[in-house]
Amino acid sequence: MTNDLPVTGSQARVRKVKPSAFDLRGSSFPTSDGGGDLLEISLGPHHPSTHGVFRMDVVLDGETIVRLKPVFGYLHRNHEKLGEGTSYLGSMPYTDRLDYLNAMTNNWAYAIAVEKLAGVTVPERAEYVRVILAELTRLLNHSCLAGFLMQDCGCSGTPLMYAFREREKILDLFESLSGSRMMCNYQRFGGCRVDPTADWLEGARRLTDGYSAFLDEYEALLTGNEIIMARTQGVGRLPAALAVSAGVTGPMLRASGVAHDLRKVDGYGVYPRLNFRVPLGDHGDVYDRYMVRMLEMRESIGILQQALRDLPGGPILDPKAKQRGLRPKAGEAYGRIEGPKGEIGFYLISDGTGNPARYRVRAPSFVNLTILEDLCLGHTVADAVIILGSIDIVLGEVDR
Amino acid sequence: MLGKGLLQGLAVTAKNLVGSFHDPARYTTQEYPEVKPTLPEAYRNFPFLVSESAEDPMGTLRCVACQICEKECPPQCIFIVMERDEKGKAMKRPKVFDIDTSVCMSCQICVEVCPFDAIKMDQVFEIATTDRFNALLLNREQLAKPNTYFQQIHPTEAAEVDARLAAERAAAEEKAKAAAAVKAAAIKAPPAPPPAKPSA
Repeated sequence: MTNDLPVTGSQARVRKVKPSAFDLRGSSFPTSDGGGDLLEISLGPHHPSTHGVFRMDVVLDGETIVRLKPVFGYLHRNHEKLGEGTSYLGSMPYTDRLDYLNAMTNNWAYAIAVEKLAGVTVPERAEYVRVILAELTRLLNHSCLAGFLMQDCGCSGTPLMYAFREREKILDLFESLSGSRMMCNYQRFGGCRVDPTADWLEGARRLTDGYSAFLDEYEALLTGNEIIMARTQGVGRLPAALAVSAGVTGPMLRASGVAHDLRKVDGYGVYPRLNFRVPLGDHGDVYDRYMVRMLEMRESIGILQQALRDLPGGPILDPKAKQRGLRPKAGEAYGRIEGPKGEIGFYLISDGTGNPARYRVRAPSFVNLTILEDLCLGHTVADAVIILGSIDIVLGEVDR
Repeated sequence: MLGKGLLQGLAVTAKNLVGSFHDPARYTTQEYPEVKPTLPEAYRNFPFLVSESAEDPMGTLRCVACQICEKECPPQCIFIVMERDEKGKAMKRPKVFDIDTSVCMSCQICVEVCPFDAIKMDQVFEIATTDRFNALLLNREQLAKPNTYFQQIHPTEAAEVDARLAAERAAAEEKAKAAAAVKAAAIKAPPAPPPAKPSA
């Protein structure tokens, strides 16, 4: 990720750029059609629109983007190498810190990988609780994403604060169950750490039933708004073929009209027993990505209601499952689930010792980010900001 | 009609604005330093060491310095040295037990792996200091808190732990009593003399 251009901070300057410096894809540096100079802008890394420490090296002709180079790694924490140095249990709290909005789904994907590796079974109650927590996570992620996207569009704060108000209720549930709002560290190999009490389940039921009202209000605020439509429709179109070939997953892929949801495809956990639909988009633009997430939240409410209704009794954690000092037989396993941002997967290779020999994270934000330039070319800087917002990245996961 | 969506959205913001004056569901802000948040029982932030009595915390620490938590701690923020007597025999208590709270990530792994219920999660969260280094490196004197405090902050978990420890203690006493009885019986009835060898 070397960048030989001496760009510091959010500077903008006009200059002649050497062709070699911008030879990103084997093509030569573009020239302005009007014969003028091109403007190179560094958007970020400390810029509120970049959702963390992320930099877009943008070359502009007038106001049109002709090149965009994503630069990241500012939040690199050596996550995968740390995973090879700690025990299997010791990596669990680190997975919270990948996509720090969705600790519960990260935990679950990692637990599935280790369970496959060690051959651990999960009690039915734990499977239901995992589904409940994953869908609550999806609700909070998508509500926040819509808020952040609107912030990028220029609705300064109002939708985001409404989303945060609702998110706080979900985080309160997480806190009273796991002890921490965001860094839950809740899933274990062969189940979950704590059994939710009847009070907690009642709280979850109340929240689920009340969430539709919030979504109605949220959509009344945003979905039909003419300014938002004008701003997002037709912007950042992602063709289905490109989405598939680039490995894009999650709501990004489904907004382009590709019906691929791991909850249906893999049928992990108890999802095959639950009745829900997968919303698809037609155009693959920013507005569709927003709408797909809104519709997914409606489906999540349905899943939550079914899971909370059908939740069986029994143990929450397989008592035979070993947590500390786990030494799986030599082999490999890949555990993946449909996280709110896409396919979150953990690939583990065991050599029979207490630490994984290889620990690899397939981060949806990172893979979805690879097509940023294709989406932004030909659009303006203001559009690049909302396209990035609609991709839904979390830099903790991109940089790892 | 163009502008209908816009007006609809403005109606929502107006409803929230007016609602924030009388509806607690629409005004959820807590005025933090004046109003303290009510923490759920499960809330955790940093670990502390459980001692049996408040008067002599260093003498009644449950920790036996087995160093399992030190090995399992993901960010490696625990440092333990076991106390030894003059002959070098392990005394099963920590001479040094340090936790660097600037490194600790409050993951609770130490609590889960501890076989002696000696380390538990605290709920104190206003821990800002002006000293970056020494004030955040807590030693065993600062970490030790009595079991009554644990019962106060995590009542459900503490009740469970106390019941388990009491059962273990009772079982150990039972076992010791049985062993003593066997010993006493052995002393009372000396082993029968070996049968006389038949004369050749």
